[in-house]
Amino acid sequence: MDTVVVIGAGVAGVEAASQLSGFGHEVILVEKNSYIGGKLAKWDHLFPSLRPASEILTSMEEKIKQGSFKILKNTEITDISRRNGRWILKTGKGISLEPDAVVIASGFGLFDAKRKEEYGYNIYNNVITSVDLEDKLKKGEKIRMTNGKTPRRIAFIHCVGSRDEKSGNHHCSKVCCITGVKQAIELRNLLPQAEIFCFYMDLRMYGKDFEELYREAQENYDVQFIRGRLSEASENMDESLLIKAEDTLSGRPLKMNVDLMILLIGMEAGEDTINLCKGFKLERDRSGFIKPKDIHIMRNFSSQEGVFLAGTCTCPMTIGDSIDNARAAAIEVHNYLKNKHLR
Amino acid sequence: MKREGKQQVWKDYQKEIADNDYYFQRSCIRQNFFPGSEYAFLKILREELGKNIYDDARQTTCTGIGYHSDIIPFETIQTVVARHFALMTEKGFRNFVISCVTSFGIYSEIFETWKEFPEELEKTRYYLKKATGREFELPENMTHASDIIYKFREEIFAKRKHSLVNAATGEPLKIVEHIGCHYAKIFPRKGVGGAEFPQVLSGMIESWGGEVVDYPERRHCCGFGFRHYLVMADRGYSVANSRKKFESMEPYKPDAIICNCPGCTMFMDKWQYVIAETDKKTYGANGNGIPVLTYEELAGLILGYDPWDLGLQMHQVDSEPLLDKMGISYDPDLKYTGSNGEKMGAPMQPQFIH
Repeated sequence: MDTVVVIGAGVAGVEAASQLSGFGHEVILVEKNSYIGGKLAKWDHLFPSLRPASEILTSMEEKIKQGSFKILKNTEITDISRRNGRWILKTGKGISLEPDAVVIASGFGLFDAKRKEEYGYNIYNNVITSVDLEDKLKKGEKIRMTNGKTPRRIAFIHCVGSRDEKSGNHHCSKVCCITGVKQAIELRNLLPQAEIFCFYMDLRMYGKDFEELYREAQENYDVQFIRGRLSEASENMDESLLIKAEDTLSGRPLKMNVDLMILLIGMEAGEDTINLCKGFKLERDRSGFIKPKDIHIMRNFSSQEGVFLAGTCTCPMTIGDSIDNARAAAIEVHNYLKNKHLR
Repeated sequence: MKREGKQQVWKDYQKEIADNDYYFQRSCIRQNFFPGSEYAFLKILREELGKNIYDDARQTTCTGIGYHSDIIPFETIQTVVARHFALMTEKGFRNFVISCVTSFGIYSEIFETWKEFPEELEKTRYYLKKATGREFELPENMTHASDIIYKFREEIFAKRKHSLVNAATGEPLKIVEHIGCHYAKIFPRKGVGGAEFPQVLSGMIESWGGEVVDYPERRHCCGFGFRHYLVMADRGYSVANSRKKFESMEPYKPDAIICNCPGCTMFMDKWQYVIAETDKKTYGANGNGIPVLTYEELAGLILGYDPWDLGLQMHQVDSEPLLDKMGISYDPDLKYTGSNGEKMGAPMQPQFIH
């Protein structure tokens, strides 16, 4: 029986492990955290259906129960080498693994909003990120300003750390537009009296039901969309925020006071992915993610033999796309192992 | 507002500032509008800090204002900059200190141009040699004069006669800091604290006992903008920019404004008079304006220099309210008396602002 090590127990890792185990391979799923699900585990509700994220987590747990693969939690790969054509992976706990194939499913990193200094994250009291908001929603916390007042005007800022020369990320993170729409609707439900604005460059509603949700946000939830990228934010005496942008549809500069600003932070290659690239000597593409062997026909192949890629370690993806991508990776690994024995 | 967040940003934007042996590049307009500032800078460095700094009478303007007004070609300004580097080289210095923020932006821009496009450097060497017979080395360290005062702010405070504390109440004075756009907005890495939350002046204010006023329009340009005031018809834009800042800072009741750029100091000071004359509006207490000082003037006051030796009588807005708060004694009769003891003549008092 061939052994496959899958690195990362997020949505892609669990799916790849589950499929590979179903194909009859011995699978070891290595996860650095004490829990599965990666960033999904911290999410409250999902676009475009607004279903609870916990439903996906439950389905992942089901797959783990049904599958016959081993999970090593609280385990990190600390050393990667190759001997006689086989990869040797050592963990921080001193375990040595010698798999026939490896699937990297290390996921993505979040853009550190502090790098967008002009927006004042970590300096101004009432600037939070989409991740901070999701955490509040998951914990059932009331959405309040730091002085305890209910925000009357809220601004979502799109493309923070995405499509932005200054922060060094040219790529589009793909999911932030629809995340902003989803979170704006959720805030409308929680704060019916608040004015809610989304400041965007353009809205990329490419996925199934995305455009419909965007339309609903305007028609049924009174979310106002302003086409303009924020130039800067400052804090007022009462801790509200003065924001400046250019409304590019009306062609006028715009200045507005808001009580709460939510930065829709983008995806980038995470530290784990970067370290794995160093260990496996993999090439990264210009966005920093792992470069697939061929962007059209070999998206799950890395430049190293026996090392496969699944999910957002290669580029930003939705949860659905990550799962599809992980299934594709599992098929490629299965075919690779089958052909290896025929050679 | 979280100070720790700002400290994190400041940590990311610290620059190397030479410790001694400086070649001083003066400003053209500061010597006219705030004639005590560069005098104070040299005195502080030489007499208080024991530093070696060379003040060269052979200097010219950097031509920055002409360059930004599109009347000086890039080749010309590069050659003028090169000449100043040649003067520095001839005197055996490598640490270039620039008094003016416009010049600092110019020198930084040209320095970076030469790094990216070495052919421009070679062309400039050829032009300078042909025009003057001079050759030059590039500076090893290039700083703005405010960087130097920032570097030695604690040493200056150790010799203090006064601090930024209200002598009557013991409360810290509230100080607005205004950084010239060309200090760090062009090259954030070249400014202490970067472009968004600069530390160069706020560091001085905090070290000297004051409280920094961070108001919503802090980053906004003073309105100098070169064309905005050079073209008479556009001058309203310039005043409007300063007015926007005054309106924004007014609720915080600042005791003073300090700037590190000649244009900003001039406009933040003089536009208060223009606004008072046009709108009968003043932004300080009791019909006064908000005193506007350069950082060297403020350092001079901390060190106990006479306000009139520092040239504070040349300011449009009276500095006396600040002097009173700091507990600085001064002789009002000497305000318009020259260093030779002769009366210079007092200006007419404006109707709406003091």
